[in-house]
Amino acid sequence: MSTNIVTADHEIENYTVNFGPQHPAAHGVLRLVLEMDGETIDRCDPHIGLLHRGTEKLIEYKTYLQALPYFDRLDYVSPMCQEQAYSIAVERLLGIEPPPRAKYIRMLFAEITRVLNHIMNIASYAMDVGAMTPFLWTFEERERLMTFYDEVSGARMHANYVRPGGVAQDMPAGLAERIREWALGFPKIIDDMEGLLTENRIFKQRTVDIGIVSKDQAIAWGFTGPNIRASGIPWDLRKSQPYDGYEEIEFDVPIGKHGDCYDRYLVRVEEMRQSVKIILQCLDKMPSGPVRVNDRKVMPPPRAEMKQSMEALIHHFKLFTEGYHVPAGEIYAPIETPKGEFGVYLVSDGTNKPYRCRIRAPGFVHLEGMDAMLRGHMLADVPAVLGSIDIVFGEVDR
Amino acid sequence: MAELVDGYLIPFAWILAKILVFVVVVLVGMAYLTYAERKIISAMQMRIGPNVVGPFGLLQPFADAVKLMTKETVVPTGASTIVFFLAPMITFSLAMIAWAVIPVASGWVISDLNVGVLYLFAVSSMGVYGIVMAGWASNSRYAFLGAMRSASQMVSYEVSMGFVMICVLMTAGTLNLTQIVEAQRGMWFVLPHFPMFIIFFISVLAETNRHPFDLPEAESELVAGFMTEYSSMSFALFFLGEYANMIMMSGMISILFLGGWLPPFGIHIFGHESGLLWFALKVCFCLFVFIWVRATFPRYRYDQLMRLGWKVFLPFSLVWLVLTAGFLVYTGRVH
Repeated sequence: MSTNIVTADHEIENYTVNFGPQHPAAHGVLRLVLEMDGETIDRCDPHIGLLHRGTEKLIEYKTYLQALPYFDRLDYVSPMCQEQAYSIAVERLLGIEPPPRAKYIRMLFAEITRVLNHIMNIASYAMDVGAMTPFLWTFEERERLMTFYDEVSGARMHANYVRPGGVAQDMPAGLAERIREWALGFPKIIDDMEGLLTENRIFKQRTVDIGIVSKDQAIAWGFTGPNIRASGIPWDLRKSQPYDGYEEIEFDVPIGKHGDCYDRYLVRVEEMRQSVKIILQCLDKMPSGPVRVNDRKVMPPPRAEMKQSMEALIHHFKLFTEGYHVPAGEIYAPIETPKGEFGVYLVSDGTNKPYRCRIRAPGFVHLEGMDAMLRGHMLADVPAVLGSIDIVFGEVDR
Repeated sequence: MAELVDGYLIPFAWILAKILVFVVVVLVGMAYLTYAERKIISAMQMRIGPNVVGPFGLLQPFADAVKLMTKETVVPTGASTIVFFLAPMITFSLAMIAWAVIPVASGWVISDLNVGVLYLFAVSSMGVYGIVMAGWASNSRYAFLGAMRSASQMVSYEVSMGFVMICVLMTAGTLNLTQIVEAQRGMWFVLPHFPMFIIFFISVLAETNRHPFDLPEAESELVAGFMTEYSSMSFALFFLGEYANMIMMSGMISILFLGGWLPPFGIHIFGHESGLLWFALKVCFCLFVFIWVRATFPRYRYDQLMRLGWKVFLPFSLVWLVLTAGFLVYTGRVH
């Protein structure tokens, strides 16, 4: 489709536009080199690496517990889900299983994280296509969810809460009621937001039939999460490979029909409603009991015990200086994070540090589809498509 | 000597004073329109809005003005300097001179031009020159795309706007704005011409580059469109020009459709017509809708906007024009 028109004395070439890295809609530090024919896009070339921090390499120099906070900082919009993925990988290598209450707390917070992420995505997506009010309406809810993060871990974003072998500490008293109260009121907020977007003619004109991904393309490119579900493939790791007790929870997996931007939006909205359902079920079914695995080689002993038991003191000292040794082996642990399949591939050589930690970030894979999704569309569709595939640069560049 | 003073100097001073009053009122109106916009939108978005500078943030517009004035003016390398600085001046002065013919109350007008509507139409269409020049002179691709969009947008909307105005002109039978208002004494034109009122309002949104048609400055696509390279006062002039245009276009809507300074249902406050008050209220109402639309809608894409202009508004306003003409001839109001 390249239109290089050669006339007698001029050669007319397409021109290129730098979309980012300092662009208000580039979602962080993405740089898209767009080859444009007027306002139509001929080619889109995503440049990445501007947020590369060498996370995978850094993890090789940290003990298993010290490596955990790095996962908060990958996709900084959904931190706890990534902690969960890493924790599950380490647990499977260690051959331990967290206690049931810890599993429910993890599920609860994984779904809170999903809502946190989808709010961010949908709201900023609406903003990218020009509607600014949903952003501010839903961010109030995000604020409340971050308060739940804060209550349980002491941090609003980088929680460092889910640990191999359970969670860092039990939920504070009354938090379950506050979460329930929020979960009962949240569908109303989704309705309000949908009122501004879902049936809005301009919003539909901007999103329907934009950036279509067919079923085959979605599989070929390795799409996961809401993006593959919007293309009509019911692929959800929570259903197909349940982890942390998702097999005991009832929820539906929404799928789209056309694989366009509008379907991706609708899938995310419905996922938020399903998440609320899961949150309520988790609160109902949550058993009491310990939240950390009863294995002193992995999880530190309670502080009271350390005052009396020499053994406990030694365990505590060893855990926080040397860390625990993980049996040699390798594991790939994928989970369904809000953005798609987030996998941690760990190779252990039997020492206290991972030999290799490879992270499969969904955003990186989705970004690859940009070129094919954008060809033939207009410049105004770039933010629409970019927003709909939900990119966060922390995980793309790692 | 006395003849000179009586014949020229006093009228001249009188006109100058009138112009000054208009300019000051419009400038202050613009300043507080930005404040009102921020307050109204923040209320719609459940925020507080500006509330720090002065009581209720009332001094915020002046703080912004001082900030902009003290900033450094940056001229990008490769920009065409003269055109670069000319563009904001054109935009701003065009937004101001349009006020010359707008009657704010019975007889309260700087120049009661016989072809006032044509003058307004011409001035408002020329506003696009400032934008195109800015986009070209900035030597930036975002700015250039913004300018191109602005030009195509203007062409798509001016035509149907023209037809809408012709409908009103035929009904009123005059091009003089004061007489157009007087012609609405029996019934405001918004009632018989309601579909045209809607089309005109939407076209005005496009004409003033407001949401959902703010494509020339769409921040999620073109950073800031034609204004990308502007800073300090040259930016402020564009900004003020946009708001002055909003007020001016609201005035135009009030005059053409909402009966200008005429009170609704002949309500007389303080014993007389209070034309200025009603005119101001109508302008405020239009501005409120402008802001309301901005808080509610996503942005159109540029080809969709053209489609709306050419395929929906143009045929519709053309049909309405024929209907109006037919009705007027049939009822014997024109021969």
